[in-house]
Amino acid sequence: MSLSVVPAHWLQGGLSAADEEGFQAPGIESFWWPLIGSDTSNWTLTRPAFVVMASVVIIGFFFLAVAGKLTVVPSKRQWVAEQAYGFVRNTIARDVIGAKDFRPFVPLLMTLFTLILFNNVMGILPFVQFPSMSRIAFPIVLTLIVYVVYHTVGLRRKHGVVGYLKSLVPPGLPVWLRPIMFFLEFLTYFIIRPLTLALRLFGNMLAGHLMLLVFILGGEYLLVHGSNLFVQASGILGLAFGIVMTFFELLVQFLQAFIFTLLSALYISDAVSEEH
Amino acid sequence: MVLAPVKAAEDVGWPEALPLLPHPAEIVIGIIAFGILYWIFSRKVVPRMEAMYEERAAAIEGGMAQAEQAQAEARAALEKYNAQLAEARTEANEIRESAREQGASIVAEMRSQAQSEASRITESAQRQVEAERQQAVVQLRQEVGSLSTSLASKIVGESLEDEVRQKGIVDRFLAELETGEVTPEKVAPAGRET
Repeated sequence: MSLSVVPAHWLQGGLSAADEEGFQAPGIESFWWPLIGSDTSNWTLTRPAFVVMASVVIIGFFFLAVAGKLTVVPSKRQWVAEQAYGFVRNTIARDVIGAKDFRPFVPLLMTLFTLILFNNVMGILPFVQFPSMSRIAFPIVLTLIVYVVYHTVGLRRKHGVVGYLKSLVPPGLPVWLRPIMFFLEFLTYFIIRPLTLALRLFGNMLAGHLMLLVFILGGEYLLVHGSNLFVQASGILGLAFGIVMTFFELLVQFLQAFIFTLLSALYISDAVSEEH
Repeated sequence: MVLAPVKAAEDVGWPEALPLLPHPAEIVIGIIAFGILYWIFSRKVVPRMEAMYEERAAAIEGGMAQAEQAQAEARAALEKYNAQLAEARTEANEIRESAREQGASIVAEMRSQAQSEASRITESAQRQVEAERQQAVVQLRQEVGSLSTSLASKIVGESLEDEVRQKGIVDRFLAELETGEVTPEKVAPAGRET
């Protein structure tokens, strides 16, 4: 078990780099970070899993504390909670799903948005600095839930399997076009949508974190092990750019949380709507 | 299923596994995390938030109704004040007008009074002057009569004792004098002739 900020094999890499093995570029192994358990076990408690659980505790306590003493005239803390809640409820749920049907999906969208946003921002929060969503397991779980929800809603709203499959083809198409459209829509609804939903979030977080690692570890290596002033200066430049990219990451992290929630709402609205 | 490739790469394990391979423990923890958070939001947070939204909407509507009422009241009060102001202004105008009229009438009255007083004074003065003149004329006539009689008696030497004659002569002379038949210039030569 190592609760250190930097995983053990990085330290080893740093040591081996000092042993004239050269710079070890961060890679896939940088995303494996066990806390309790071995490298080969399927039931190892990983650090991102721990962060996800901690995020549930923090988000849950914050919103429970706010909801415990709501007032018509909001306090400062309630105002913050209301901003998040109002954003998901009005901007995402109500505007996308429609004022008639949005209400039952607010808890789902709220859970998705707060969980993803909090864990994404953990990617640049000092001492945590690891986006949990760069571990594919979490996007897959969230996507599966959305997948099940929008198909269930679609089956209920469109009167069973046949009605649901029929509703995939837009009305008023010529007969010869219908099989092609059905095939395309089926692919979209059942394969492409969940795949892209999970991979978009995962890919953005993985790539963003990897980029920060490259700039900061590379810059550090150049600065510490650089043989002349020019190389060390480029190391400083790399570190400075790493800081700039950190702020850029903040934007990406918010956007990805927003997009994931927005698309979930969009898929649900497709299932809820009467036509199509 | 998903575990197969991991078993195949037993020697390296998870650090070298494909990033697209989900870790089972993380999947389980992800499901649990989502479940807990969803339960909190659906059971505790969202219902209370919605209730608070409704309460707030009601409060805002109530506040708006109150504000509207207050505004209406203020408008009514303003109208009342304006009406009162206009009334007061017309009243003041009326008072000013009547005061002006009254003043003008007082002045006119005073003027006529003064005029009548002045004319009365003038009249009485004229009357007095007339009376005095009359008196003077009578006196003068008597004195001129006696003077001229004594003068004539001295000149003529004839005593004109008869009062009637004397008076007749003097009167005739004076009447002639008044009618202009005898001018004073002519009196002396005539007197000298006679």
